[in-house]
Amino acid sequence: MSAKGLPAAMRARVAEALLPPLVALLVSIVAGDLLILAVGQSPGAVYRMMLEGTWGNAYGFGQVLYKTTTLVCTGLAVAVGLRAGLFNIGAEGQLAAGGLGAALVGLALPAGTTALLAVPLCTVAALAGGGIVGYVPGVLRARWGAHEVITTIMLNFIVLALLSWMLSGRLRVPETLHTQAIRSGELPRLATWWAPFHGSAANASLLIVLAAAVATSWYLFHTSRGYELRAVGLQPEAAESGGVSVGNTWIRALTLSGALAGLGGINFVLGYEHYYEEGFATGAGFLGIAVALVGRSNPFGVVLAALFFATLSQGGLAINALVPKQMVDALQGVVILAMAASVPEVRRLLAIGRSAR
Amino acid sequence: MTNAGDGAPIVRMTGIAKRFGAVEAIRDATLEVAPGEIHALVGENGAGKSTLMRILAGLFPPDSGTVELTGRDVTGWSAAQAIRASVGMVHQHFMLVPLLTITENVILGREPRRGLAIDMARAQREVAEAAERNGFQMNVRACVRDLSVGEQQRVEILKTLVRGARILILDEPTAVLSPPEVQELWRVLRALKATGGTIILITHKLDEVTEISDTITVMRAGRTVARFPTAGASAQSIARAMVGRDVLLSNDAATPAPSPTSQIARAGLDVRHLVVAGERRARAVDDVSFAVARGEILGIAGVEGNGQSALIEAIVGLRRATSGEIMLGDRDITALSVRERDALGLAHIPEDRHRRGLVLDFSVADNLILGRQREYDHRGTLDRARVLADARAAIERAEIRPADPELPARALSGGNQQKIVIARALARETSVLVAAQPTRGVDVGAIEQIHARLRAARDAGTAILLVSADLSEVLALADRVAVMYGGRIVSTMPRSQASEETLGPLMTGAA
Amino acid sequence: MSMVLAFLAQTLRIAVPYLFAAAGGVLAERSGIISLTLEGFMLGGAFSAMLGSYWSGNPWVGVLAGVVGGLVLGLVHAVATIRYKADQVVSGIAINLLAVGLTRYFLKLVFDSSSNSPRVAGFSAGTSTTALVAGLLHNPLIPLGLVALPVVAWLMYRTPFGLRVRAVGEHPEAAATLGVSVARVRYVAVALSGALAALGGTYLSLDQHQFTDGMSAGRGFIALAAIIFGRWDPMRAALACLFFAAAETLQIQLQAMQAIPSQFVQMIPYVLTIVALVGVVGRAIPPAALGRE
Repeated sequence: MSAKGLPAAMRARVAEALLPPLVALLVSIVAGDLLILAVGQSPGAVYRMMLEGTWGNAYGFGQVLYKTTTLVCTGLAVAVGLRAGLFNIGAEGQLAAGGLGAALVGLALPAGTTALLAVPLCTVAALAGGGIVGYVPGVLRARWGAHEVITTIMLNFIVLALLSWMLSGRLRVPETLHTQAIRSGELPRLATWWAPFHGSAANASLLIVLAAAVATSWYLFHTSRGYELRAVGLQPEAAESGGVSVGNTWIRALTLSGALAGLGGINFVLGYEHYYEEGFATGAGFLGIAVALVGRSNPFGVVLAALFFATLSQGGLAINALVPKQMVDALQGVVILAMAASVPEVRRLLAIGRSAR
Repeated sequence: MTNAGDGAPIVRMTGIAKRFGAVEAIRDATLEVAPGEIHALVGENGAGKSTLMRILAGLFPPDSGTVELTGRDVTGWSAAQAIRASVGMVHQHFMLVPLLTITENVILGREPRRGLAIDMARAQREVAEAAERNGFQMNVRACVRDLSVGEQQRVEILKTLVRGARILILDEPTAVLSPPEVQELWRVLRALKATGGTIILITHKLDEVTEISDTITVMRAGRTVARFPTAGASAQSIARAMVGRDVLLSNDAATPAPSPTSQIARAGLDVRHLVVAGERRARAVDDVSFAVARGEILGIAGVEGNGQSALIEAIVGLRRATSGEIMLGDRDITALSVRERDALGLAHIPEDRHRRGLVLDFSVADNLILGRQREYDHRGTLDRARVLADARAAIERAEIRPADPELPARALSGGNQQKIVIARALARETSVLVAAQPTRGVDVGAIEQIHARLRAARDAGTAILLVSADLSEVLALADRVAVMYGGRIVSTMPRSQASEETLGPLMTGAA
Repeated sequence: MSMVLAFLAQTLRIAVPYLFAAAGGVLAERSGIISLTLEGFMLGGAFSAMLGSYWSGNPWVGVLAGVVGGLVLGLVHAVATIRYKADQVVSGIAINLLAVGLTRYFLKLVFDSSSNSPRVAGFSAGTSTTALVAGLLHNPLIPLGLVALPVVAWLMYRTPFGLRVRAVGEHPEAAATLGVSVARVRYVAVALSGALAALGGTYLSLDQHQFTDGMSAGRGFIALAAIIFGRWDPMRAALACLFFAAAETLQIQLQAMQAIPSQFVQMIPYVLTIVALVGVVGRAIPPAALGRE
């Protein structure tokens, strides 16, 4: 390829990365318009209301930040898996396991333990809880070739049932579906530092999670293990030729993936209600897939995508007077489908364009 | 209507061109097949023979050119149309569904019905009768995956015959057959010819060509380069047309003197009685022994598909050998992993740079450290500065263009991509370098640079095992030449005795 | 005796949605298209059936509506994965989310409820033992569900279409060289999977005489587990469905005795699927071309 072809190559790569999310956005706006018109409302008014209810006021934005926190974790989890060429559908179970892990440690610690000790311990427990659940499909794939798509889905159900059983014993506060409040390890709400956030669930775990996003980016792009993970995901045969153990890399990737999903548990357990509750983040695992796809498996993109989906989710509540908030649920599916269909199509059209030149 | 009996060709393809993405599979091919003959289409791997026949069989259209069947223009027709016009193709990699029975595979797409269901009794009866008519012994109820390769091929042929094929195309049919199975195949083909059928046989094996065919068309690098009747053609002339670049007029019938594998004091790579299983056969590498000394290049010539890939993968550690030993110096490395062998100084230039050699979406610098990435760890982080510095040095030494280490490897030309692979392999002191097809798909200028680097490595004391289907490359680089055919080393000779005349027949089994 | 009868009756009733969904899923997966979509198809079918019954007052119109709903969703999956080559796993997840979202949305829109629809005309006849047995006789979807997998088995192993499905799922190139349109076979298989899985959902909503948010409750995944555990064979998948349904019935009936915590019984289908994939008791090998182009 001549020197003239190089800028074209870079442009093509950028296009391939950015076009699909834009297409998905466009498609979802059109779909949204249709759903809004079906209720007899004006799309413009609805979208404006959505923006006002989310980014237009501090409480709404606080709620957006709260939801973003969990979605960043599940999004990172799926993204790390995808970078290794693996599909982690098990973020739901890994997230719940992480939450329970954090809660168990928070309950075990004596009351009043300093946050400097309690928070890291609970966080490690969350990472471990999710990591263990992620380790299993990694081994199943590496040792027996059991495809992780199926095993992670199955584990979702198994883990959630297991957690439900664990909760049903002495852990549960009678008449509820949650544990007692943790004795240590609470994280403060953001409202304690910025009064306008008062009432919203946004809390300091956001900072921990953002740090995790930075750490994930560092791991993926600045360490030799991350290099191996990406090589295995892009071209496993070349990695193998280079002496990398593909199986061990898979195990490492899924364990890390699970741990990241588990981290999301601290948002609810340490930062919001201060107990573990069954179903505390239902749907965040699957949405993590959408976040990772739209964010193109890049930690920075994941944060932006998480903000987008959190805004959508909170925005649904804000527009509930005009349009059923369930519209947002439908739009989530539309976005994912549009992303999935546009990635190969964009690639195909760009390739045709290239060879026509 | 053209009367095929008056000498007009039954198949005529003219000016065919076909490319797949960036790869020009066929540049300008012509083919004329007379009715009722067995026509051999010969050439090296990558010459375009399979692609040309797939166009004839309707699997995809040509980019340009015409395809005529008994004078009728059928350019760009579909597989279904080709089948209806009595053209049948038996592919090199069988198009059989392993879990289905012979009957089911044969009737697929034209199932006899009874009401809504398949009339399986009738289907089995018809298939069994067809098999018997053609002299095939087969249990039509058997599952295809339980059949031997020869039996599977007969099913493939039967598939075409029951659809009334009068023009039968076979792509490298004997690649996986044993000698008695080959004779059985000839019997079938001759029987078909006797009933007036026409056969096009794609092969690179000259002994078969002379044994069975009436006419030969030779393709090379996507073009038709020769066409002549088999009678009167010598193996040498066919081989020359197939593999040669310049036509060398030589009157000596030079027989290569087999020389013993030389054991020099500091042996670099020593392979002993190696047996390696391949994708389709248990002995893709069939008891191979040779040694490569430090400071010499041993070139293994041979047409692809004779066990070279399995041999390379076993030596490098990507495939486990069934039996035999591999010695690096005096160290037995047969059981070691890829990483362990690399650490002991065994470097590898893979034959398929896109699959095994490069992570195309990684930058040039990242590709240069593949396999050594942990060495660049500095307090937990990859030392990017050092990676880039080393990359710039490697780029300069290897003259990789463009000289930007951060460009994705995908953006470079084939030749420059290959230079990355080679720079990486030579980056350290290596005692043994296994170089497979090192200049495949590389432009002429880069070929020279790569050859120079290999010679320099040899001069510095590396033992180089060069495996190449490009005979001129082997002749240009090797100190000693071996020929691999059918999973064995059939001959080894010093470079002085090696030439296209002496090697061609060995490579194609004609000698 | 009547206990055994009650047990059988309940098992069959629980099995029906699994059987329908597994019937559809087996077809699609054997043709090479991953079907995580069964859950979404089922939910969509349940909702469409309820709507049809609501607007016409006739449960049979509901059945028709359910099938249509399933066909539509099935075609969305087919177009996305076959024409646009979308990743089949992602498309599956998207369709499931789409089904949840759209059913919720229209539930709110049409009935102004976020949890359930009003009561509609349906098929079942109550929950007492005699009613259970009677229900088997009065609800036509039950016998239909029971024959769904045998019919698919016949289709797959005895008809030209079924032969082509199996060929396309194992070695699509071989079929293509013989002139079989791989895309067309897959379109039909996936559309049928939508219709069949939707029938499973239709049974649910018409049996309960209403639609409740999320009423498929993971049954689509149990059906998928049954397919895998049954090694992608229709009759084995049917046995797996019945087995899972029996375990569920047993657990319900043992509820009073508290013998095994219900959660562990819930886990059975999923644990067994993993076991099947790992090959502890014979390896479950998917169709060779599953998920690939």
